[in-house]
Amino acid sequence: MEADHGAVHLLFPQAERRGGTGARRALLAALHADEATIRTLYERGDTGERLTILTALPELGLGAAAIPLVEDALRTNDARLVAAALGPYGARWLDDHAFRQGVLKCVFMEIPLASVSGLDRRTDAELTRMLSDYATERRAAGRPVPHDILERI
Amino acid sequence: MRIFDPHIHMTSRTTDDYQRMHDAGVRAVVEPAFWLGQPRTNIGSFLDYFDALLGWEPYRAAQYGIRHHCALALNPKEANDRRCAEVLAELPRYLLKDSVVAVGEVGYDSMTPEEERAFEAQLAMAAENDLPVLVHTPHRDKVAGSRRSLDVVKAAGMPPGRVLVDHLNEPTVGLVADSGCWMGFSIYPDTKMDPGRMVAILKEYGTARMLVNSAADWGRSDPLKTREVGDAMLAAGFGQDEVDQVLWHNPVAFYGQSGRLDLGTGSAGLDYAGNTIRRG
Repeated sequence: MEADHGAVHLLFPQAERRGGTGARRALLAALHADEATIRTLYERGDTGERLTILTALPELGLGAAAIPLVEDALRTNDARLVAAALGPYGARWLDDHAFRQGVLKCVFMEIPLASVSGLDRRTDAELTRMLSDYATERRAAGRPVPHDILERI
Repeated sequence: MRIFDPHIHMTSRTTDDYQRMHDAGVRAVVEPAFWLGQPRTNIGSFLDYFDALLGWEPYRAAQYGIRHHCALALNPKEANDRRCAEVLAELPRYLLKDSVVAVGEVGYDSMTPEEERAFEAQLAMAAENDLPVLVHTPHRDKVAGSRRSLDVVKAAGMPPGRVLVDHLNEPTVGLVADSGCWMGFSIYPDTKMDPGRMVAILKEYGTARMLVNSAADWGRSDPLKTREVGDAMLAAGFGQDEVDQVLWHNPVAFYGQSGRLDLGTGSAGLDYAGNTIRRG
């Protein structure tokens, strides 16, 4: 990989199949914060590859540069990707609006709020209002309000 | 009855179908890439489609306890459009993905030189990636098309045990049985095969190398046709073991040659993901 910069694109998709658990993460670490390559790996990745990248982001030394990848994951309808987008990296770098929308999306997708990184630190009056309005909507429809919402409003 | 549908276009089906399929015994599917009714005109349309077969569709299937794998290829019909044929250059990177268990559907539609070039190029890609191949046989001029497909496969040096020739019927089954390739049958409400005729073929040719699929797509089709064949086999005197061989073990053995078939729990990886498709 050091000698051939294209090699990672061949290795990354099949890394876990051939190299076992953790092989993809090791490849990412060996890229030394090469943001363009990591972005291409994400864009060309299947769900498993994207999940590995999203969860590894805090260790890759990219600063805020990988936020477009997190935003892409938040636009999907896959609970695994949305949950991974709201890991430590998303909690550190997402702006307030995007973070609140991400939290609400977790509520709709039944992803427990306990899995959202930095939620206590990032919760503000606006997010509390949004959760409270959600609870009102649920009650109006005669549906139960999830416990993890009730304890935050 | 446990069922592996070795050829079904779930992209064209609703989420309710996954529920009904699970209720009928379907626990695993392979979705081959095909055309979508409306012709595509650029490579990007293919890439988004391939990404859906690797991402959204297995996720949707997993919500209903069904394992979803795919076969990827440029289909024969769209191989005739130069704007689409360029996707062959993108295909190799997709064939590396974990849930790709075959190259397919490849083969002939109108038996043009363009189709033949794409067919041969993709047989070579299958060999390079150690993947089996799903060959579509044409609707028009079927016997000649099936014979020519077998010739192309043979000339490419592809071992017959790594090739599944699909959409067979009474006039074409014998050719493929003699070739050593696996034999696929699509059971449709109106066209191709029906359960009664399928049982008759199984009585004549036996259950070895035989695969039955619903090929359910955007046309008039039914994702529960595999179950109907299983029931018809039992009614005709076949044993549970023979039904299990045709509807489960044969597809597992064929696609298992990829080394990538994962028939684990069917979970999407998050036990809290719920059992419905949420609209976040």
